[in-house]
Amino acid sequence: MGRETEDMIVNQKDMLQKEGYLEAVTHLLFQLADDDFILAYRGSEWLGLAPHIEEDVAFSSISQDTMGHAAMFYSLLEELGAGDADKLAHARLAKDRKNAILLELANGPGTYLNEPQYDWAFTVVRNFFYVQAKKVKILSLKNTSYQPMAEAAVKVNMELYYHLLHWKTWFMQLIGAGGEARTRMEKAVTDVFKDLGGLFSQGATAVAFGENQLIDTEEQLIAAWKHEMTPIFDSLEMKMPKKFGMEKGDGRNGEHTQDLEAAIETLSEVYRLDVKASW
Amino acid sequence: MLREKVLAALQSVKDPEIDSISILELGMLEDITFHQDRISIKLIPTFMGCPALDIIKKNVEETVAKVKADEKIEVIFALHPPWTSDRITDTGRERLKEFGIAPPPIYIAESGEWQADCPYCGSTYTTLENLFGPTACRSILYCKACKNPFEAMKPVSTLM
Ligand SMILES: [Zn+2]
Repeated sequence: MGRETEDMIVNQKDMLQKEGYLEAVTHLLFQLADDDFILAYRGSEWLGLAPHIEEDVAFSSISQDTMGHAAMFYSLLEELGAGDADKLAHARLAKDRKNAILLELANGPGTYLNEPQYDWAFTVVRNFFYVQAKKVKILSLKNTSYQPMAEAAVKVNMELYYHLLHWKTWFMQLIGAGGEARTRMEKAVTDVFKDLGGLFSQGATAVAFGENQLIDTEEQLIAAWKHEMTPIFDSLEMKMPKKFGMEKGDGRNGEHTQDLEAAIETLSEVYRLDVKASW
Repeated sequence: MLREKVLAALQSVKDPEIDSISILELGMLEDITFHQDRISIKLIPTFMGCPALDIIKKNVEETVAKVKADEKIEVIFALHPPWTSDRITDTGRERLKEFGIAPPPIYIAESGEWQADCPYCGSTYTTLENLFGPTACRSILYCKACKNPFEAMKPVSTLM
């Protein structure tokens, strides 16, 4: 181990001693992990239902990647003593989750097993907007004061490039197609903006994140997102609202919908069976 | 001496999905440390979503255990430094081709675009069919020269 690395580890230990630091890092990691986890779950529900076979393959690889990112954030939490990573992912109640509400909403009416009528336009918009938001957060996290999170950010960032390219292509093509495709996409865009604010929210922990130099402020992240998205909106002659909504509540503070309750019930059921089976 | 033996053992551990290439040729080995009570092997994962990590870990433990009986083997997956596709060795690139997979392109345009040559006939006359193949690490391309579809390993770099 090099001298530099040793110094870094000593620094890291000092920081974790600092009052409120550990708690702030833990909260941020839960926000990141829970966001990826629930969206990857929603993605996995599309298996066999995507518009065509190639998309089915692509979407499931992306969901797998996203689940990998969630697993990495949960294992950083495990290292901080928050509990077993697998349990954190599968066995926490809805009210303890910190994900943005936008990401937990069902893919559409029906359930995976019972007449799913999933909304592809909504899925494309939600994923594209989310991946761009994740990208600006990850870029900010490259400079976070918590070194293990900065290292994870470098890793995630390289893979995000491809996710972003994928969803951007869908977004541009469907809106560019005009006609019914465009109408449905415009409706989806309006719907997603109603709760997009929740993605950037840092909840009650916003001040602590700033004080501990963990991540940029909500306003900075939103500005960075708009900066990336504006040229795309312009080229498609679409309007972006000035303010993003949070109509269904702030997931960072544990506010959630029935959709999350139902999802957690399903996935924790599977998890309990798995745990039993491995005994 | 022991180090060489461990390296030889690691050379025999293949990527569970592409069994012509070893984890060494993929550039996954970062460090081997010989402690008094254990051998610690630090690996860096390629793509996060690639599910083969558990299998690789198990195979490394079993294979290295044969080198020195009664030795405790510890396999650590580290995030730092991040794996990038330029860690694949020249031999590794050849092994991928043998398997019908184009190695990750070395040149990436500033826009992020890249091209991969056909692993079968070497033609540069190829098109990207699907960015995501069956695994997140690979894309599907089509060779217009020999009319074969093929997979290419995606380039990943910290510049992206
Ligand atoms: Zn060819």
